[in-house]
Order: sequence, then structure tokens, then C-alpha cells
Amino acid sequence: MVARAQEGGEELMPREYILHRTRTALGRSIGQPPEAAPPARISIPEMDLEARIASLFANLEKLAGKTHRASSPADARAYVAGLIGERSAVASNAPFLRECGITDLPTVRSGFTNSEELRAVSADAEFGITSADYALADTGTLVLFSSPQEARMVSLLPPVHIAVVPREKILTGLDELLAQEPLPAGRSSSMLLITGPSRTADIEQILVRGVHGPGEIHVIVV
Amino acid sequence: MTGPQQEKIRQTLEDANLQLAIYAATGRLMSHRQAVVAPDVLPDYQELRTQANLVKQHALENLDHYLEQFESQVVARGGKVIYARDGGEVVEFLLDLAQKKGARLVVKSKSMTTEEIELNERLEHHGIEPVETDLGEYIVQLARERPYHIVAPALHKTRFDVADLFSQKLGVERETEIEKQTKIARSVLRQKFLAADIGISGANFLVADSGAVVVVTNEGNGRMTTTLPRVHVAIAGIEKVIPRAQDLAVFLKLLGRSATGQPLTVYTSFLAGPRREGEIDGPEEFYVVLLDNGRTRLLADRQKRQSLYCIRCGACLNHCPVYRKVGGHSYPWVYGGPIGAIITPQYLGVTHDPWLPFASSLCGACAEVCPVKIEIPKLLLALRSEVNQAQARAGQGRLERLGFRVWAWAMRHPRIYEMLGFMSSAVLGGGEGWIRRAPRLLNYGPLAAWLSQRDLPRLPARSFRQWWRARRKAGKN
Repeated sequence: MVARAQEGGEELMPREYILHRTRTALGRSIGQPPEAAPPARISIPEMDLEARIASLFANLEKLAGKTHRASSPADARAYVAGLIGERSAVASNAPFLRECGITDLPTVRSGFTNSEELRAVSADAEFGITSADYALADTGTLVLFSSPQEARMVSLLPPVHIAVVPREKILTGLDELLAQEPLPAGRSSSMLLITGPSRTADIEQILVRGVHGPGEIHVIVV
Repeated sequence: MTGPQQEKIRQTLEDANLQLAIYAATGRLMSHRQAVVAPDVLPDYQELRTQANLVKQHALENLDHYLEQFESQVVARGGKVIYARDGGEVVEFLLDLAQKKGARLVVKSKSMTTEEIELNERLEHHGIEPVETDLGEYIVQLARERPYHIVAPALHKTRFDVADLFSQKLGVERETEIEKQTKIARSVLRQKFLAADIGISGANFLVADSGAVVVVTNEGNGRMTTTLPRVHVAIAGIEKVIPRAQDLAVFLKLLGRSATGQPLTVYTSFLAGPRREGEIDGPEEFYVVLLDNGRTRLLADRQKRQSLYCIRCGACLNHCPVYRKVGGHSYPWVYGGPIGAIITPQYLGVTHDPWLPFASSLCGACAEVCPVKIEIPKLLLALRSEVNQAQARAGQGRLERLGFRVWAWAMRHPRIYEMLGFMSSAVLGGGEGWIRRAPRLLNYGPLAAWLSQRDLPRLPARSFRQWWRARRKAGKN
């Protein structure tokens, strides 16, 4: 307690205390390099594109996700238009969505760069439309890095999430993702893995979809 | 065993509905897990466990290095790291932060570490409203209870309990349909998310090479908590550090499967620092509180250090025949089940609840399903021995030791042993079946408590030795 009363001691002291106790417990000294870490275990199966798409769709459908294979960007646009109809949607700034013409759909709002504005729009929109940086075939997962193109809220606040993904972004699984992105933090403040709709089984173990995140997810591979 | 626990255990055993609820829920979690770790589905499951065990061992044996690496990475990305020796220091930091931000409302995603330091009660005490946002945690918070299970906090509540609770505490119409109850919670909590000034999360992993906090949830409350409020504070035990982002390839696969039978949990957020230049949303400030609260003491014990490998999947609870009978509130601390039985005595001291390491049949199911291969039964034995040593030092347990000495002596003297057996069967009556009620004499002695929970087999009408002699006499060999 005496030490803590010292100038600037409030933040410094617990740190030194904990690190000191840790070193003492382990018999290590300050600045001692670590022993060699066991090599990371990454194994990537061979899988062609068709098999990856089939596996991605099968795994998503197991989780009650909806899937569609679009033959062209125009087909993707038509499919999304059919899904949202007259209802409101917010789209991320991903260039791929613009290329597909999805951001031009009449009820789709896009191009937000201000957090407060985007938040207000996303909180009211019935659909959130994003692309994805990757998709993982063996778990049915979407991978999104936070960036000026992809905000976090678009895939979070609206009750339905639509992701439009170019087919070359489909990886075999988590291992391949971490092989390609060994340091995700170098790229963004947030890497997000989304595997199916939001769910809970907290009351009597009964599965309910759409607790805080979207209860419905559509993945369109172009 | 002390009063309140004994009472809680008795209540749980006598409550048929609760027994059924625990049995059904843990049974379901067991079969979900089994379906996704079976050899035909996940052939390298055992190799993944071994790797997870090795990585945790390595991370903990070099923990000071990885803590410093983690810290410098967080700082490099514009975040701050706060070390806290105990819950008091965590609260001190949070109150200071809340005051600076003028914060009154805090949203929380599920964190056992904050349960451990009773953070909610302490924040409330200082006029801050903490709101749990995981549905199960929200339910137990409204009921002012402790989580019943590491991954299924409201496992003991029926939809009718929830209906009563919501109508009492939220002033809504009594609603017994689970889907609609979930909608109620969604809309109440959505308003809290949008209004909160600070989001507090736990951390499933801290990644040293990235300065990242990994938060895993199914409902999306982890994402809301770490996305909407302007300030994100992650509170984690120092043992949560893993060396590399690439290690997640092993841990994420094991965590979801072992906890709920999901190949991957719905949302995994890998969070490294506050919102960056150009990014549209995400918190403006990012803090990680690294909590000791007894962990460095555990670290000093070479054998028991492995208790810190735990990734809080809850599989050992589901598979434990003791947990499945006595439930989550019969344990003396926030961590129940086998993992609770080994970490509670280490955090609170072996004399706090000396009975706890003994409340196990040592069947070994927990160790078999542990994704990071913690040798729970072995640690229970080590703790039993520590309890005995502590009691011997305090001059307790003399009668028990005397009893065992007499027993050992009798075992070495066959004639006496046989005579005692003969006398016992005369008093207790021989034959088939079970003795459910001990003779009155024994109900007053030191054995009374032990016998009150156990049925004994009747002594056979003829002892083994008698049978053996008769056989010899008849000339059979």
C-alpha cells in the first residue's frame, strides 16, 4: 500500500508485482527469451473449387443458412432484389457490391463513412448486405475484416444478413485462413468469423435463432 | 462439508424436476459433443488435444514473456493494458474510467472472470448499472443468482421460471413461449446496447503476437458489446495468453466442439486495438485488464499449474456424475464441477472447503473429455493429500487416522479380521440385498454423516474364508 501511494505508482506497481511473481513462480529472469514454441499445427486439405463451394453450402444449410450460386454479378443483383423486395436495406462499401450493382437497388442505402449515421440506418434496416474477405468451406463461415469498405454493424444490427462473395474467396477452412493471414491484426482492428445465424439455447436447451445478431443469413457465391 | 452447501445439495437431490433438467441438459451437451469429435468426423481430434496441451504448457512456462509481448502489441495498436492484482483493483480502474467518461450504463458479454471477482455487485454498489447480455447470464442476473454452468448459466431455469422473472422484473406480460421470451430479451437488451457507454467483455484467448482479444459467442452479444459502446474493456485472467494467432486453428476447433458440439461457435471476434484510421465503426478506446487474483500462486506449483490450461468449455461438468446430481449451485465458488473442484481449493486455499476434492468418484470422465488434457483426477488426489496434511498440522482428523490404523492392523491379523467379520454379520444380519439404515448405534458415532448418504451391501451369510475351508475339506482344489 505504501508503494501504491508513490507518484505514478497506481498503474506501475501491479504490473511489476504480477510480472515479478510470474517470473519467480517459473524460475525465469527479466528479459529471458522464451523456449522454442511447439510449431503451429496447420493442415490444409486438397480441395478443388467445386468441392469447396459444395462444402460451404452444405455446412451453411446445416445451420439453417440460405445459399445461392449466382452465375453472374447481374444474377446476384437480381437474387438480392428478389430477397429484399420493397424493404429497407443497408449495404457496406465493399467495391464488389457496387460492381454487382447491388448498391443501386432502390431500397438499398450505402456509402456511409460516419459511425453515428451508419448506426442509425443499420438499427432500422431490415437487411444488412456485405461482401466477405473469405469464406471457409468446412464450417460454413464468413470472414470479415473491419475496414473503410466493411463496417462491423452492417452484419450485426439488421435481422437478416446477406453476404455476396466472389467464388475465389472460398478457402478450405480455418487452417488455410490462418496460413494466409498469420497476423490478422496487421490488417485490421477486427477480424470477424460468422458461422450461421445468431442463436441461443439458454432456456431449456431449446434452439432459438436471432438473439442479438441476425436470425437469418443468406450467402450468395458469384 | 459446511452447512449451506450441504443444504443446497440436499435440496437439489430432492427436487425431481431439477434433477431431470440437469440430467437432460448435460446429457444433450454430451451427445452433441460426441457427434463432432467422433473419429470418423474429426480423425485428428486426439492430435488437436495434444497440441492444445503443449501450447498451453509452453505459454504458461514462458508466461512473463508472452504477457509482455501481448502488452507491447496492444500498446502499438493504440490500446492500453492494465494489470490488476485482484478484483478490487479491477473495480478501482473501472470506476475511474467510468467517471472520466461520465458512464452510468455498462453492457457485459459473458465472462466467468468477472463472476469470480463479483464485478456486477461491486459496480452496482458504486452506482453503475452493469447489464449482462448473454441470455442465460441475463436471466441469472435478473434472478440475482450465480451462473449454474460455465456455458449454460440458466440451465436450472424452466420457461415458466423465466416467464415469472421477466414479468416481475421487466414489467411485461407473462410469456411462456421460449421464442417470444428471447424476443423480449432482444428488444430490452438492444436498447441497452445502443445506450451503453462502456462494453465489458471477457476473453477466450489473448493472442500475444497480435495484441488481440478473442471473444467467442453464439448470440452475437459479444459483438454488440465490443462494437457499439465507445469504450471496450476486456477483462481476462493472465493465463489466457496464447503465443500466436495461428494457434487458434487448434483452440477454436476444440472450444466449440467441447462446449456445445459446434465445429465453430457462431461468432468469433478477433479484436486488436481500437477503431483504426478510416475504419467506420468499432470502439474508440480499447483496454485490456490482466487479472492475477491468485493465478501466480497456482503457477508456482509445477504439477497443479496445468489447472490454468482450462479454456472454460464446460465439458467436464457435463460428463461428471457428481455435477449431474448436485448441480452447479452446490459448489462453494463460481466454478463448479470437476474444474471447480480443482481450482477452488487452489484459489481460496485447501482449508476453505476441505471436503471439495473428496466429492468425486475419481471416475476419470473429466480428464477423458478435457480438450486441453488437464489431469483432473490426479490433481484431485494431490489436493486430497494437501487437505490431509493441513488437517494433520491443525491436529484434526485424528480419529480417522486412528480408525485406519486399526483397520490396517486387523487386515494383517487374519484371525481377528475373521472374528470381526463374524461379529458384524451377527449384528447387522447377513444375506442378500442392501442395508439402507445403519443400526442405531452407528447413527451417533463419527460414521453417522458418512452412513447417512450410503447404503451398504449385506454381509454374506458365509464368508470367503468359510467357503474356502469348506471347499478344501471337501477335497476340491
